[in-house]
Amino acid sequence: MTAASGLAVENSARATLDWAALLKDAVLAALVATLLALPLVGIQTYDIGGGALGIRTHFDWVAIAAAAVFAGRLALHLQHRLRRGGERRSETVFARLAAWANRRTMPITLVGIGFAVALPFLPFASRYLIDLGTTVLIYVMLGWGLNVVVGLAGLLDLGYVAFYAVGAYTFALLARDLGFTFWQALPFSGLVAASFGVVLGFPVLRLRGDYLAIVTLGFGEIIRIVLLNWSPVTGGPNGISDIPRPTFFGLPFARSAPEGVTTFHQFFGLEFSPGQRVTFIYFVILALALITNLFTLRLRKLPIGRAWEALREDEVACRALGINPTNVKLSAFGIGAMLGGFAGCFFATRQGFISPESFTFIESATILAIVVLGGMGSQMGVVLAAILLVSLPEFGRAFAEFRMLIFGAAMVAIMVWRPRGLLAHREPSLRLATRSTRGA
Amino acid sequence: MAYFLQQLINGLTLGSIYGLIAIGYTMVYGIIGMINFAHGEIYMIGAFISIIGFLVLGLIGISYVPLALVLVLLTTMLFTAIYGWTVERIAYRPLRGSFRLAPLISAIGTSIFLQNYVQILQGARGKPMPPLIQGGFTVFESSGFAVRLSYLQLLIIVLTLVLMAGFTTLIATTPLGRAQRACAQDMQMASLLGIDVDRVISMTFVMGAALAAVAGLMVTLYYGVVDFFIGFLAGVKAFTAAVLGGIGSLPGAMLGGILIGLIEAFWSGYFSVEYKDVSVFVVLILVLVFRPTGLLGRPELEKV
Repeated sequence: MTAASGLAVENSARATLDWAALLKDAVLAALVATLLALPLVGIQTYDIGGGALGIRTHFDWVAIAAAAVFAGRLALHLQHRLRRGGERRSETVFARLAAWANRRTMPITLVGIGFAVALPFLPFASRYLIDLGTTVLIYVMLGWGLNVVVGLAGLLDLGYVAFYAVGAYTFALLARDLGFTFWQALPFSGLVAASFGVVLGFPVLRLRGDYLAIVTLGFGEIIRIVLLNWSPVTGGPNGISDIPRPTFFGLPFARSAPEGVTTFHQFFGLEFSPGQRVTFIYFVILALALITNLFTLRLRKLPIGRAWEALREDEVACRALGINPTNVKLSAFGIGAMLGGFAGCFFATRQGFISPESFTFIESATILAIVVLGGMGSQMGVVLAAILLVSLPEFGRAFAEFRMLIFGAAMVAIMVWRPRGLLAHREPSLRLATRSTRGA
Repeated sequence: MAYFLQQLINGLTLGSIYGLIAIGYTMVYGIIGMINFAHGEIYMIGAFISIIGFLVLGLIGISYVPLALVLVLLTTMLFTAIYGWTVERIAYRPLRGSFRLAPLISAIGTSIFLQNYVQILQGARGKPMPPLIQGGFTVFESSGFAVRLSYLQLLIIVLTLVLMAGFTTLIATTPLGRAQRACAQDMQMASLLGIDVDRVISMTFVMGAALAAVAGLMVTLYYGVVDFFIGFLAGVKAFTAAVLGGIGSLPGAMLGGILIGLIEAFWSGYFSVEYKDVSVFVVLILVLVFRPTGLLGRPELEKV
């Protein structure tokens, strides 16, 4: 439809707003909502003891749901009618925000890093807040790692948590059986995870994108089931405990150290406080996350990073230009796995205890949600999404309960309205100068 | 021998359930080329609706088992089909023509949403269901080991066969089935020839959901307990079945389902119960690596 005829249609539509059709549509939507809500919302099952179930009815909720859908549908249509031709406002707001964020990357990054560094020393900082910050940063790091695979190379990995688990268990086993410390084990965690990534990726990376997603999901589950059942080595469902904490250049964070070992507070002549270790752990993950970020930003400028993005945009063209898709994908997969392994190693040392329970599919889905919501390929978006996701449950029990519900719905909504993420940055890092004005 | 036969019966029962779910995957994939990741959740919703249906009937006082069964079957199919239709309408239809991974990501979001939706509304604990159909007969007996075929297993296998026969006829002879096959071959051409493609896709989701609902009902009766997380594993297994049989092929889905059911039953019967899920995932990876077209599928050409 050309712009002119579109306008004409719009004018006539506005002149004779077809109320009958609108109402009919809204009533139908409400009817569907009623039918949807009737069995699951309207009737609730609950235990009445003795292995039997009773039911409670909530038909008022069904009515509310139907009314809400009726009103929502009507409002949506009216808004659509009134605004047709122009862009929706919410869209332009986000677009402007994204454009602004992308234009001012440097200052925003510096302010963000400055805030992250200063956080433990701010007057309102508590142990709880620093702990929360650490959790956020773990997810940021995982998100950035997954972003290499999903955002840059365009490979959907639904089993990313497997590499996280491999990294964590590598450290836990090295520490338990060979007495490794965190810093000694860190490179090995990354290395082992990367090898897993390459070994898994080699046979499956020539598959189509959606097959790859399912295979990675299967792989994630296999790792979890093996961890759960291979009790002699992994401790089965009980996991591995007493994982050593990180040391500050060999100085442990403890109230009293064994003979011949100086603790952190003794060395610096400070009063001992458990907060010191929490703060130190926070800085370790901050450093790891920033290194990850720097690493991926540099990678994007290397030929291999260019090849990832090119492959994401058009695989056939890449093949024609002599890029070997399998090798290029494999490198992305391996590097993503390595970053996941580092994060896993950190997770193990932070918790001091790991079990297969921490590495379920929900975890993979959460990391993927962070990447998708943030905008695939956008580093800043990942930070924003991670903060949102981790801090949401802290606002109260209701939020905790509804967190994954909201995130599931948000993933759909993002795909429908802003498929490139809240802060989208899918622009190729490099494009021909003459083309830049036309843009995508 | 007797033990083998017993595992065969168990595997066939399980395989029938997987096969019914797999049809939903294979039909959607055949027409719009996407993995409907939320299909396992649709099956889970079917199981919940069936358990609620039985409870409601119990309250009303309908205790004649065949009547209750038929009523619950029909209502479960109806309500679950509406869920299938709505999911397509909200989460997938707006994404036609979006980038390649968009529908899959949306499907994962839908799956997470539906899981938590049911968990919040119905609680996280498993819902027990007292056995409705009891008894069975001994097929074969040797050295003190009796091979039993319960009436429930028989019902599941027979109902699956009936549904499959009806479904195949529907696809082969009705105008809707013809339209579906046309869309699977070439969606653009089909729409040029006056087929309402959107409607055909909607109907595909409705049919897939209705069959998944039957699977949900069967699993409620068979295992006697249902929780909000059953859709995930069953979904992956049914998808594996669809891939094994050749995605896009209806007989393939059924064949794949039965093979997966047998693999799972024999694996847990002869090797280890703990690793039975691993066996299915290994099959999935092996099939995708060595024979991505599956047993009955046709190779897919990549067009530029």
